[in-house]
Amino acid sequence: MIRLATRSLLSAIPVLLIVSLISFGLMRLIPGDPAAAIAGISATPAQIAQLRQDLGLDEPLLFQLLQYYKGLFQGDFGRSLLLGKGVLAATAERLPVTIGLSLYAMIFTLIIGIGCGIIAALRQNSWVDQAAMMFAMIGISVPNFFLGLLMIILFAVKLGWLPSGGYIPFTENPWGWLQSTAMPAFSLALLQAGLLARITRSSMLEVLRQDYIRTARAKGLPGRVVIFKHALSNALIPIVTVVGIIVSLLLSGAVVTESLFSLPGMGLLLTQAVLNRDYPMVQGGLLLVTGFLVAVNIAVDMLYAVLDPRVRYD
Amino acid sequence: MSLLEVQDLTTAFMTGRGEVNAVEDVSFSLNEGEILGIVGESGSGKSVTALSIMGLLPSPPARIAAGQVRFAGQTLTGLSERQMQPIRGPGIGMIFQEPMTSLNPVFSIGDQIMETIRAHERLPQAQLRARAVAMLDKVGIPAAARRLDDYPHQMSGGQRQRVMIAMALACRPRLLIADEPTTALDVTIQAQILDLLMDLRDEFGMAIIIITHNMGVIAETADRVLVMYAGRVIEEAPAARIFDHPRHPYTRGLLECVPSLTEDRARLVAIPGTLPEPARRPAGCRFAPRCAHAEPSCTQAVPALESLEPSHTAACFRARELSR
Ligand SMILES: Nc1ncnc2c1ncn2[C@@H]1O[C@H](COP(=O)(O)OP(=O)(O)O)[C@@H](O)[C@H]1O
Ligand code: SF4
Ligand SMILES: [Mg+2]
Repeated sequence: MIRLATRSLLSAIPVLLIVSLISFGLMRLIPGDPAAAIAGISATPAQIAQLRQDLGLDEPLLFQLLQYYKGLFQGDFGRSLLLGKGVLAATAERLPVTIGLSLYAMIFTLIIGIGCGIIAALRQNSWVDQAAMMFAMIGISVPNFFLGLLMIILFAVKLGWLPSGGYIPFTENPWGWLQSTAMPAFSLALLQAGLLARITRSSMLEVLRQDYIRTARAKGLPGRVVIFKHALSNALIPIVTVVGIIVSLLLSGAVVTESLFSLPGMGLLLTQAVLNRDYPMVQGGLLLVTGFLVAVNIAVDMLYAVLDPRVRYD
Repeated sequence: MSLLEVQDLTTAFMTGRGEVNAVEDVSFSLNEGEILGIVGESGSGKSVTALSIMGLLPSPPARIAAGQVRFAGQTLTGLSERQMQPIRGPGIGMIFQEPMTSLNPVFSIGDQIMETIRAHERLPQAQLRARAVAMLDKVGIPAAARRLDDYPHQMSGGQRQRVMIAMALACRPRLLIADEPTTALDVTIQAQILDLLMDLRDEFGMAIIIITHNMGVIAETADRVLVMYAGRVIEEAPAARIFDHPRHPYTRGLLECVPSLTEDRARLVAIPGTLPEPARRPAGCRFAPRCAHAEPSCTQAVPALESLEPSHTAACFRARELSR
């Protein structure tokens, strides 16, 4: 268990290194000048040149990269050019919104996906199974921004049940947060829920065929113990792997969803940073998000070991 | 009254080519404490018979098409899954051919034994644990108390089969069905497991149905033998008679190639040809294509089980003339 944790932590280092390099390089490859963007249209070339010098953008690239890494090692992610505050502070403000949205969507995904998958597997080939798999197919094929739009029109505009936009932080008003984030979370979740339902169904069907399920029934265990203890605990093992991927997909999907529902999260922050060539913000923000994802995936690996004694004892 | 009565049991499977009878018109009975052997080549319907009794066949595709099973005076056929639950465990316990896959890999063996007891009896946790340790001890797992928290993958095949036996006997069933309990094991382990079953029978006094394709196993264990071929019972007799005076040509074929317990690989090769699949069974006597004594009349009708002597029946038109 401890070896597994150390191994995952060590393998995270190259990932973070590569991501930081790519974000550094990509930002400088795309055309556009952060100094010009910050100074505005009315600035003179001289003002822009002065700004470039102040921001250290006229130094050689390698020097800038080394400066960047030097800062990172001291825990300094730099300052956002656009917002005039630290990258860490800006991220700390916005990341919780995105994580909250993704977590909310994750809960929808798990309940809908695993629930539909189990029911479909238990009623294999019945109309329930077919209906569940049809919904899964719809969830997978309808793009979530389109679904989001439909939901805004139906629930916010037509029925007026839920607010169409406007974000209420959880810390201010938990119930308000639950309401204001419900539609974005649901539209974000549906694709993933569809995938998870299909995976859960096939995993469950595979497990239900196993000899140990027959043993559990032969012992006279009640049906719910056979299904929820003996079958589900094994069916969850491959599902956990997928859940790690789903977290990544939810976070990247959150970018689109945030702009659609105008939620002040990382997606909105990074989109603006890219458009304005806010180098430090993009670099630092991406690195922090990646760090978060890596941490989630390590946690998932650990969960895998908790569920499967064969992994635990290796 | 006998403990188990199976009457005209016919179990059908829905397949791509329509419904076929995997097991047909099987009848037998079993007394308290008796050991019945069911023998036959692989595919002859032994497991389907056992699983039909336990109600464990997947449905669909399986269906009890005819007949009934009575256990301790209660009719089991037609009971719902929920109604079967109290019978499985304290009534009938079952162990399977595949010890490697029959235990759940993600729960400790102690957990799997204790949940069995818990499903049928109200006991405090400490007593559950004590009972599980006692059962493991009885089936010969050394240092039982320490193995309780082990997972199946930490045990050998022989040990896992011992755990399966401990689990099946934890609720003191009146009948134990052992479906090829030793087939997947090494020869030395096979003999140990059979000895264990015999010892436990003496201690607990339960009846046993032992299913095997190996006449050697029958010789070691059974009081009475049922020989199955292509889904039907073709001979039934006390074990001693089967070995001394087999009446059906198929049974004789089986005995000519008795694999002793120490050389299982010899198996049942002495009979030429192979067992027909349920959908491709020949008309008349199903053994006819492989039978050295077959006559044209043998393919006209299915031979019925006929009583040749008290408690000895066989299903062969020529049984009387051949055994002279
Ligand atoms: N799930 C199933 N679907 C269709 N046919 C089956 C199924 N299980 C068993 N059978 C058929 O039933 C027959 C008897 O099988 P079985 O009882 O397992 O034989 P054995 O005597 O080796 O235990 C076989 O011919 C097999 O093809
Ligand atoms: S009935 Fe005929 S074919 Fe069948 S076993 Fe007897 S002799 Fe052989
Ligand atoms: Mg079998």
